[in-house]
Amino acid sequence: MTPSAVPLLELVHLSRRRTDADGWLLEDISLKLHPGERLAIVGPSGAGKTLLLRAMVLLDRIDRGEVRWEGSRLSHNEVPKFRRHAIYLHQRPSLREATVEAAIRQPFPLKAYRGREFDRGRVAQLLAGLGRDGTFLEKKSRDLSGGEMQIAALVRAVQLDPTVLLLDEPTAALDAATAAAAEQLLNSWASEVPGRAIVWVSHDAAQSRRMATRTVSMFAGRLVGVDERSPSASAEFPHAG
Amino acid sequence: MQAEYIELTYWQIGLATALILISGLISLALRLGMEQRLLVASVRTVVQLLLIGLVLRWVFEVQTWYAVVALLLAMTGIAGIAAVRRTDRRYRGIWLDSIVSMGASSWLITGMALAAIIQVRPWYQAQYAIPLLGMILGNTLNGISLGLDRLGEELDGKRDQVETLLVLGATGWEAARGPVQQAVRTGMVPIINSMMVVGLVSLPGMMTGQLLAGVEPVQAVMYQIVIMFLIAAGTSLGTVSVVLLGYRRLFSRDHQFLVERIVKRG
Repeated sequence: MTPSAVPLLELVHLSRRRTDADGWLLEDISLKLHPGERLAIVGPSGAGKTLLLRAMVLLDRIDRGEVRWEGSRLSHNEVPKFRRHAIYLHQRPSLREATVEAAIRQPFPLKAYRGREFDRGRVAQLLAGLGRDGTFLEKKSRDLSGGEMQIAALVRAVQLDPTVLLLDEPTAALDAATAAAAEQLLNSWASEVPGRAIVWVSHDAAQSRRMATRTVSMFAGRLVGVDERSPSASAEFPHAG
Repeated sequence: MQAEYIELTYWQIGLATALILISGLISLALRLGMEQRLLVASVRTVVQLLLIGLVLRWVFEVQTWYAVVALLLAMTGIAGIAAVRRTDRRYRGIWLDSIVSMGASSWLITGMALAAIIQVRPWYQAQYAIPLLGMILGNTLNGISLGLDRLGEELDGKRDQVETLLVLGATGWEAARGPVQQAVRTGMVPIINSMMVVGLVSLPGMMTGQLLAGVEPVQAVMYQIVIMFLIAAGTSLGTVSVVLLGYRRLFSRDHQFLVERIVKRG
């Protein structure tokens, strides 16, 4: 079996019920994310795009269906390790640690990263790519703008070398130049190791076209218009679209 | 212990009750609008205490283990419910958690006190079992309600931090540890504070009662020392237990934070 034949992440008939009323927040969603893919999720506000991203990393309870990672269902104990490989980035990340450096170091004491160490040089390099020099690490978290928080959160995730990044409007609070730099950073992150994949929620249609190899649309908690390409095609042409 | 004291008559009680007029006049003079609540509180004080007096008299007379245990169970249940009633944020199962934690901690500690420390024979002697459990319950109630309240507040208020940790690969426990520690700490602060100043600033109610009843002061102090440690142990156990049970209610086995289960009272 070639590696690309098994999807990295797969949702199988996944549904999540509303808690306040009848009906579904997410209804019967089946979706495969293949290695090397750049998947854009588009749709109007309130369509459930964020909830879908959250469901993909098992952040919320699922009422029906399941999430599979590399072809198999995750046991309870495997969930933290799985989230280390598939990191979801909140649209408005909040950093509560005293400084940017403390926030970026935050994951390392966790069990899931045992044996890994904070690499200041690497982080400085990533930050430089986003136009931030070494002093950014010393900045107080409470003085950060929304865009700077997005930068810090993005660097925090990328330094951990995940396999999948699930990004919720990751450049919404950035100026045009920094947004372009962030796209470039993500592109080089993705091509650094074959198989790395991105799921992207964006309201910016041009950005979706630029960044995605495949697009799915959501409406009222359902997937509408799934553009299912063959996995090999998306793996071979990661920059297509 | 040969106790001697002046027996009170209903006439004397009435005289003391009249003192509530002072509070009432203050409320009127400053327009605090608390007259009605003062009245209700006064009536409740008198009625509740007279009722428990009747119950206690009956239990002391019959001296059977099941009468004592029935009263202890009722006290435990009421304490468990009262602890939750003081909280602002609740979740499904909180009442059961509170009653279970209250019961497990205070019964264990009271049991140890009756059997091993004070060595009461038989263990169900109402004169010891009821006040001992009552004092442990009253203080554990504080610990549990403060702990629960803080747990809900921390988790609800720091939801984004908890989620950030989960998203980065933290286990549910790793993500909740900060709020859990904070909640347990908050629950234990009052008893530690009162142990710090006991005898200097405050004379504990039980000791005062024993002194009034004519007990030799050093004996009364020794009883109080025992009680303080029983209370500290009961409060710690009860608080830890209720906070851990709360953690289990609010985090799933898939390391999800079930924040939607926290309901804030309006």
